Amino acid sequence: MKTLNRRDFGVAVVAAILLPVTTARAEGDMEVHIDNFVFEPAELKIKVGTTVTWTNRDDIPHTIVSAGKFRSKTLDTDDKFSFTFTNAGDYKYFCSLHPHMTGMIKVE
Amino acid sequence: MSGHDHDHDGPNRRKVLECMTWAGTGVLWTITGGVPRSLGIIDSAMAADAPGMTFLQISDSHVGFDKPANPNALGTLEEAVNRINAMPAKPSFMIHTGDITHLSKAAEFDNAERIISQTKLDVHYVPGEHDFIDEEVKLYRERYGRGTKGHGWYSFDAGGVHFVGLVNVVDLKAGGLGNLGAEQLAWLEDDLRGKSKSTPVVLFAHIPLWTVYPQWGWGTEDGGRALELVKGFGSVTVLNGHIHQVMQKVEGNVTFHTARSTAFPQPAPGSAPSPGPMKVEDAKLRSMLGVASVNFKQNEQRLAIIDTPLQG
Repeated sequence: MKTLNRRDFGVAVVAAILLPVTTARAEGDMEVHIDNFVFEPAELKIKVGTTVTWTNRDDIPHTIVSAGKFRSKTLDTDDKFSFTFTNAGDYKYFCSLHPHMTGMIKVE
Repeated sequence: MSGHDHDHDGPNRRKVLECMTWAGTGVLWTITGGVPRSLGIIDSAMAADAPGMTFLQISDSHVGFDKPANPNALGTLEEAVNRINAMPAKPSFMIHTGDITHLSKAAEFDNAERIISQTKLDVHYVPGEHDFIDEEVKLYRERYGRGTKGHGWYSFDAGGVHFVGLVNVVDLKAGGLGNLGAEQLAWLEDDLRGKSKSTPVVLFAHIPLWTVYPQWGWGTEDGGRALELVKGFGSVTVLNGHIHQVMQKVEGNVTFHTARSTAFPQPAPGSAPSPGPMKVEDAKLRSMLGVASVNFKQNEQRLAIIDTPLQG
């Protein structure tokens, strides 16, 4: 249910970016949550220029690391990390403390 | 442990865990001819009567943790230290199998040191992943890295036993488990070269060197390589932390054991949505935290391990 809502939101965002409005980029920001050692959504499709913000909602610290691309500080409970994707491509990422936690951002 | 949801697990999980032993209270293990035998529930006074060398293991003190699963992790570490100080016979030394701190903050390391030093025991540390998350990754090494190799591995001898402290929390690969790495394995091979095969060996590291539950990352990718290197030794004991619960398994000459945390319990493998801190009733918390005491007697192949909860 959550995922569906987010996807609807994503469609709206794409529409917004196509409009020649300078604030469209900020409206396109997307979120990934960490709950129970899982990135949700595990895969996100976004347009170039979108900022993704991760929020750690676990009682255990996590990190967001995409080899050679970006690396967050250690996020304690409720800490956030944002990254703006300026190049298209597939960005695999993981938690360097709990490497079984993996996710993907597809930028087109 | 008794209140935990084991009944819901069904036969499948029970089969998976059939070679693991869950210990809710202090149990003395002795192994004769390769067969582990429990001598039943004992108290620390009995352990003190056992001759030979005794050392302690504490683990996962997570100093700085203040979430609902235990709002005062420093307090329960202090309780563990008080229990250690009340032991009738002083152990030879202590090992700490990592996650000393929760967030690698200087104040957390300072507080941990202030409490643990009250045991007046030599403490041999290995780092957990929570001890390497300061910005410059230097606080653990500044405090505990002296005389160690690589990211902090080392060995020492005590009471006729060869102890090896390993680091398996660095350079973890996406999708993988704990990691020792080629450099450390080469060092281990070199370290063991020339040692008599009758020398008892203790390997200790934070993440279990054996695969406990890969879905939660509870294992070490190249742990099998380290176990290959100790294969010829008559007695090998592997002591780990990380999973915040007691698990024990015997395979040939190798005894695997994980210690309780002094901070908060974690769920049994697969019994919860995640391996995160498990909130239990306040009255039950201290029965799920504790320390382990390990006794080695000359001329006996195996080391006897006693897990003592803080309460119960």
